[in-house]
Amino acid sequence: MSDMMDDMEGGEGVVKKFMFVNRKAPHGTVYALEGLEVVLISAAFDQDVSMVFTDDGVYELIKGMNTKGIEVKDFSKTYRALEGYDIEKLYVEKASMDVRGLSEDDLIVDVTVLDSAEMANLMAEQDVVISF
Amino acid sequence: MLNIVNKSATERNSIESCLRMAAKGTAVLLIEDAVYAVTKGSEGAEKVQAAMADLKIYALGPDLEARGMAGRVLDGVNVVDYGGFVDLVTEHNTCQSWL
Repeated sequence: MSDMMDDMEGGEGVVKKFMFVNRKAPHGTVYALEGLEVVLISAAFDQDVSMVFTDDGVYELIKGMNTKGIEVKDFSKTYRALEGYDIEKLYVEKASMDVRGLSEDDLIVDVTVLDSAEMANLMAEQDVVISF
Repeated sequence: MLNIVNKSATERNSIESCLRMAAKGTAVLLIEDAVYAVTKGSEGAEKVQAAMADLKIYALGPDLEARGMAGRVLDGVNVVDYGGFVDLVTEHNTCQSWL
């Protein structure tokens, strides 16, 4: 984290490309929620932020969650608020959705669906990549 | 024997190992991230479907609901609530958690 802050504060007016890669399902571990919170913090630094959802990370964006029964916070609605923080670049890997029987219609926010090669290119052009 | 799994089939091999080694006729309860394996169209569901001939498959309802997956459960899977979880534990002499 301290590296990230250094990168974000590095120089007046320097905008870097930050990518947050989400590869974990929600609720089972704390990664998804923590990742989302870090992204919200990053919004304060006026950087070029992208969020990627791949592997079990695509489960973070599923519509219609009801966490009442397991008594944890339902943070899935927060993904819809990202737009208000100017975080609008959300990417999902197609292969990850396919093996899980999911489609764009199952997701709570509008995303850009990329194939694996496109995802590779997007990752390659980042200045900083942070994984959850 | 009640086998309990709490890890996603697309992240760990816990479900695969459990299904491979669980004795015929025993019960498998999927909880937490393991419930994704009983959702239609998923890779894990193919393995669970194949195992259903020999094993009784249960999934925890509150975990399905929390993940927005309650409406996508594979036919033949028994969805239980926390009370049902307790019943399963008391009905079986032993439990094995596949961590």
